[in-house]
Amino acid sequence: MAKILIVAEHAGGKLNPSTAKCVSCASTISGAEIHVAVFATDGAAVAAEAAKIQGVKTVLTVNNAANAEPLAAVLAPQVAAVAANYTHVFGPSTTFGKDLMPRVAALLGVGQLSDIMAAEGAYKFRRPVYAGNAIITVEAPQDKKLVATVRTASFQAAAQGGSAGVEAANVSASLPSHTRFVSRSAAATGRPDLQTAPRVVSGGRALGSSDNFKIIFSLADKLGAAVGASRAAVDAGYAANDLQVGQTGKIIAPELYVAVGISGAIQHLTGIKDARTIVAINKDAEAPIFEVADIGLVGDLFTLVPELEKALG
Amino acid sequence: MSKILVGLKRVVDYNVRVRVKPDGTGVVTDGVKMSINPFDEIALEEALRIKEKGGATEVIVVSIGPADTQQQLRTGLAMGADRAILVQADSVVEPLAAAKVFLKLIEKESPQIVLLGKQGIDDDNNQTGQMLAALWDRPQATFASKVELEGGKAKVTREVDAGLETIEVDLPAVLTTDLRLNEPRYVKLPDIMKAKKKPLETVAIASLGVDTAPQFKTTKYEPPAARSKGVMVKDVGELVAALKQKGLV
Repeated sequence: MAKILIVAEHAGGKLNPSTAKCVSCASTISGAEIHVAVFATDGAAVAAEAAKIQGVKTVLTVNNAANAEPLAAVLAPQVAAVAANYTHVFGPSTTFGKDLMPRVAALLGVGQLSDIMAAEGAYKFRRPVYAGNAIITVEAPQDKKLVATVRTASFQAAAQGGSAGVEAANVSASLPSHTRFVSRSAAATGRPDLQTAPRVVSGGRALGSSDNFKIIFSLADKLGAAVGASRAAVDAGYAANDLQVGQTGKIIAPELYVAVGISGAIQHLTGIKDARTIVAINKDAEAPIFEVADIGLVGDLFTLVPELEKALG
Repeated sequence: MSKILVGLKRVVDYNVRVRVKPDGTGVVTDGVKMSINPFDEIALEEALRIKEKGGATEVIVVSIGPADTQQQLRTGLAMGADRAILVQADSVVEPLAAAKVFLKLIEKESPQIVLLGKQGIDDDNNQTGQMLAALWDRPQATFASKVELEGGKAKVTREVDAGLETIEVDLPAVLTTDLRLNEPRYVKLPDIMKAKKKPLETVAIASLGVDTAPQFKTTKYEPPAARSKGVMVKDVGELVAALKQKGLV
């Protein structure tokens, strides 16, 4: 029977929604026993949140002053030690999980399965390759521990209402001092988080400047939406790097995605193909974005976007 | 002698629209343009800039793949790498096996820095650098958008979901690159001629004595589910009406 350990992602004493999505994925494996591990300086508050996720049986807290920041080199030996009692170890396919989980896998002497989009059994999964141009079915060996990351856009967060037990775990692992946290600069925008927002408005290269990009922020604010950007817009300096949506940026699945002045390179489309409704505004009627858009509007974005904002009241 | 080891993976070119074979056994690669993985090209550019600023004395490009991978290594030499090593492998090499191969080369070359792309744009795994750092028991600085060397340390700015994070690592270390670390240089014709004379050593993967048997079995390739064709609207009024109909505004 599968006994699955999920590594919680958290920051500022709050659990990241990616954790509940990993629980969703694990819950699709029949008969799985699901535990969540919180590595922190003091994980009590995060553990209490994790305990409420439906489907979680036990939450483990591993408290250590060295866990103040999520450094993969420091966390990996601890995760590997806790993993001894499990058949599967899952983490989210966010930059946190992508950084950490392969290091855990190598310490355990096993490979890793990246970006699970569906489980067809405890050792059989589907995942995207080639920027989502192909979906492969992969079988993992049953005699080895399976380390994997979960493609968060493929799963809804598991519901609240659970009441898992919380236990402190003692981990003896020697932790390195060769890696040190210096600083983090997060743009405090007051807007919804791009990764989890139900609505997203994104701008592309056609915006032409960071000043012009303001109309994207303005429309987003009208819709209560998060702001995203294509790689071209980020490379050109119109938008910050953490707004990039696509193969190498964020993979998102909002209810509504509004693509403004984005041509729709395959690398961008791979980041939005799980969106419920895609709206595209572009002056080029032949742009590939219209092949995937549910609603398309051809025209000058500098006229249409303010007009749309006004029409939304 | 301070060396930088750079990994170059041969992949289907960034601009090719990859298609699944009708029989579901793989993707079409016959006659398709192959290139250096874009993230690895950025890794090589960074290594060359470090060397040009006096931070290293030799840049070695390494690839694991079939004999044709020499083409990508020659391109790397033309960009400015000093020598190349091809670890010849004719079947699939998973990230853990690739990390073990790199570790063998590290034991021989003792580099200060190993620079790899954060992911191959073919299998999109994003694993090898992290695995190598673990096996080597050294620091990793993944998804780098800025690298500053000072003494025996590297200060690395990383692109993370929340924005930018800066960490400091002791060298030697493994760094993996994100897109905005730099813009790789173009190769000039005289450099291509010069690159033909630079050393390119071929090593059979079996001779390294590492277990490279794949752990995972891919049983099927499928094209992604297509999104159904949408509607085109004439103006903003129709757009808002369509959004209202779907209950989105």
